[in-house]
Amino acid sequence: MKHLLSITDLSPADIHGLLELTDHMVEISGRPIPKVPALRGRNVVSLFFEDSTRTRTSFDTAAKRLSADTMNFAVSSSSVNKGESLRDTVETIAAMGVDAFVVRHKSSGAPQMITRWTNASIINAGDGWHQHPTQALLDCYTIRTGLNRRDGFDGLHIAIVGDIRHSRVARSDVQAFSALGARVTLIAPPTLLPPSLEGWPVEVSHDLDAVVPHVDVLYLLRVQRERMDDALLPSMEEYSAMYGLDSRRAAQLAPHALVMHPGPMNRGVEMVVDPAELPGSVILNQVTNGVAVRMAVLFSVLGSGSDLRGSE
Amino acid sequence: MTRVLITGGTVLDQTGERRADVAVDPASGRIADVAPALAPSDGDVVLDATGCFVSPGFVDLHVHLREPGKEEAETIETGSRGAALGGFTAVVAMPNTDPAHDSVAVVEFVRAQGERAGLCEVLPSGCITVGRAGERLAPFGELAGAGVRLFTDDGNGVQDPLLMRRALEYAGPLGITLAQHCETSALTKGAVMHEGACCSHLGLPGWPALAEELMLFRDIELVRLTGVGMHFLHLSTARSVELVRAAKADGLPVTAEAAPHHFTLTDEMLTGYDPLFKVNPPLRTRADIDALKAGLADGTIDAIATDHAPHAPHTKELPLDQAPPGMLGLETALALAISELDMPPAAVVAALSWKPAAIAGVADRHGRPVAVGEPANLALFDPSHEWTVSAAGMASKSRNTPYGGRTVRGKVRHTIFRGHPVVVDGHATR
Amino acid sequence: MAREVMSAADVRRALTRVAHEIVERNHGLDGVVLVGLQRGGVWVAEALADVLAGIDAQHRVPVGALDVSFHRDDVGLRPIVPGSVTDIPVPLDGRVVVLTDDVLFTGRTVRAALEALNEYGRPRAVQLAVVVDRGHRELPIRPDYVGKNLPTSRDEQVAANADGVVLR
Repeated sequence: MKHLLSITDLSPADIHGLLELTDHMVEISGRPIPKVPALRGRNVVSLFFEDSTRTRTSFDTAAKRLSADTMNFAVSSSSVNKGESLRDTVETIAAMGVDAFVVRHKSSGAPQMITRWTNASIINAGDGWHQHPTQALLDCYTIRTGLNRRDGFDGLHIAIVGDIRHSRVARSDVQAFSALGARVTLIAPPTLLPPSLEGWPVEVSHDLDAVVPHVDVLYLLRVQRERMDDALLPSMEEYSAMYGLDSRRAAQLAPHALVMHPGPMNRGVEMVVDPAELPGSVILNQVTNGVAVRMAVLFSVLGSGSDLRGSE
Repeated sequence: MTRVLITGGTVLDQTGERRADVAVDPASGRIADVAPALAPSDGDVVLDATGCFVSPGFVDLHVHLREPGKEEAETIETGSRGAALGGFTAVVAMPNTDPAHDSVAVVEFVRAQGERAGLCEVLPSGCITVGRAGERLAPFGELAGAGVRLFTDDGNGVQDPLLMRRALEYAGPLGITLAQHCETSALTKGAVMHEGACCSHLGLPGWPALAEELMLFRDIELVRLTGVGMHFLHLSTARSVELVRAAKADGLPVTAEAAPHHFTLTDEMLTGYDPLFKVNPPLRTRADIDALKAGLADGTIDAIATDHAPHAPHTKELPLDQAPPGMLGLETALALAISELDMPPAAVVAALSWKPAAIAGVADRHGRPVAVGEPANLALFDPSHEWTVSAAGMASKSRNTPYGGRTVRGKVRHTIFRGHPVVVDGHATR
Repeated sequence: MAREVMSAADVRRALTRVAHEIVERNHGLDGVVLVGLQRGGVWVAEALADVLAGIDAQHRVPVGALDVSFHRDDVGLRPIVPGSVTDIPVPLDGRVVVLTDDVLFTGRTVRAALEALNEYGRPRAVQLAVVVDRGHRELPIRPDYVGKNLPTSRDEQVAANADGVVLR
């Protein structure tokens, strides 16, 4: 695997392979000394054009547990003037000797563009509304362990609730969950759905109450206050009443059902209950698994070469 | 006396098609003789047109020459050279320069730069509103007095319906044409590409077809109300073609143009996030392409106009949502029209020459029949010549063509501007 | 062409002998842990544990498995095939770890294993038991217990399991 840009680049077998590799990384992370020399001497650069301390720290921790050298290049949105070429930025840093760039950008497609200007591997850490593939993989891993589904998600019903339209997490998760065999239902007001769902392997509902009792996983997305300005929502209160997880809805969940959220949560909006009181909440597991999944991705991109059989 | 003698070609103009040699007098800039066979005299410059059509030069209603303001992307000279290589003898320069074409000084400058280059006639358009800001009318009268015939805020649509009504009413007696870039901007905030399945998948804000159609509908109704004609720029959707067809059926004085990229490329080209494919209005769907082709074939769409929009390379190295929209068009328009449109050569030339010449208000000197005494603005092109588009080989200062590497059919061999060969054997002479 | 160099019975007898050597060398089984190298060494550790249980029923020797993929020195040169996950059932501090593998060749896997073991504690001693030693060492590593020394050429392949050892 040279790059990880999108879940669509991965076959179901690829996803399974990465999840199995993640098992190893979880074991490493549980050791007294959670560090292996696998990526010694490899230089991993975080190129974040959009702030995200969580994702950057998760990748950073993952790289360090594999003994890679890490460098952070944070380009705050204010300092990137519109005339500055993305190409110049990338080529300059690449000239320092980089094996992999971990790229976060507010523009959809930016990581894909960058692949044209460097030989380094590109790992997409979130681009615009487009993709966040490591989030989808860690979500798959969390469901796989949480519901003991090592062999796939056949028969699982997963509901994704919230701002699908602007969500790279939703786009990645829909593809990953359905690749593993799950049935996916999107729940949102029509204004927060993409203009077209042609080719999306999903069902759509606008009635959270009708769906909640039947799901194995309830995945809540963050809803941002700015959405009211674009007339996508009348008010946060109304959103919360129609699409938020409150205690009444939580009580309707099946006993085994998992509750997930990519973070950061909007308490009182999509998450009305205290998630600590939800027996099915695996939100912190998602964060923990994030490091292991990113180790697996980094190792797949940088640590696995072509076949030179027969060394032992 | 030295003449330019065009031998072996087939004359193609609004009067039909016939085998003829053509003699041009550079001193007067007019056609001196047309006959089945002309013998060269001493000192004649002979241009071989075997296998070529000899047609009136093309008129592009829609080019961005970037000067003044963005000379790193294009100058009037480099743009004119591209135009001549594409067979154009006149181009309408869009007003979105810096400063914009809202004063006599700027349009005089643009015209003068065109004359200095001497490769084609550069016709400055004028703004509808001052600074293209959509707030106050530009000085139509003064600009018309300076020879401006086409007015537009291209790049922006005029959003305010009252302002647009007043613009039409005021323009009526001046003998000028208002041209609209149809885009209801409230519906295209942040938009990067066509709104549909593709943008939903790619996670990019969509530019709905409705945003074009809504303004087009409004303006057609304003034409009906005021009785003043309008031209519609770069129409891109099937419903737009329907609206114009219905307006013409009602006898309204409207005209429309389509750009080659809108009848050759779909929104699926953006899957690779390459800003070369970002244009405004955006690339649409297969159904829209089919409708545009049908509209061109039945004359609903009057003209093929390139929307030639050069951008310096570094600006196309930005992410898709930050990169400016637009692509080169002048040197590929004829070939794309011949290769992609299922239209007879006479219809293609009509859409490239005399029909746009009339819309641009230059029918007295461009798009004229190939006949003795007429101005010698001619395009000589081989409709069966196959060639491969090369971005690096273009005359433009910029390289943003999406057709690089594509093999197309139809190429300009010679261009005659005011009696002078400005392109000979596919090379500019100036 | 495949050639059987040890039968299933040969393998069983060799492992029985190795088990006795382990008991003898360590004066019993106190503190002994068997750790099989993923993947080929895991069955060896389990088979040895079964034999050892017959020798000394009092001490059920703990059996672990060690995956050394992330400690190899050829990371990036070959595809990694994740085997089972490392499983070390007891703390290794002060123990005698007997690493087991099916075939000893260049010694690079064992080197990686020695490094990986460090991260689970500090054993009193580490010993190495293999079914077949085929030579061609690239590192100063030698086995403590050998089922069979098997001269091979470099490009031959050796496959060893409980059903026998085959050379091809």
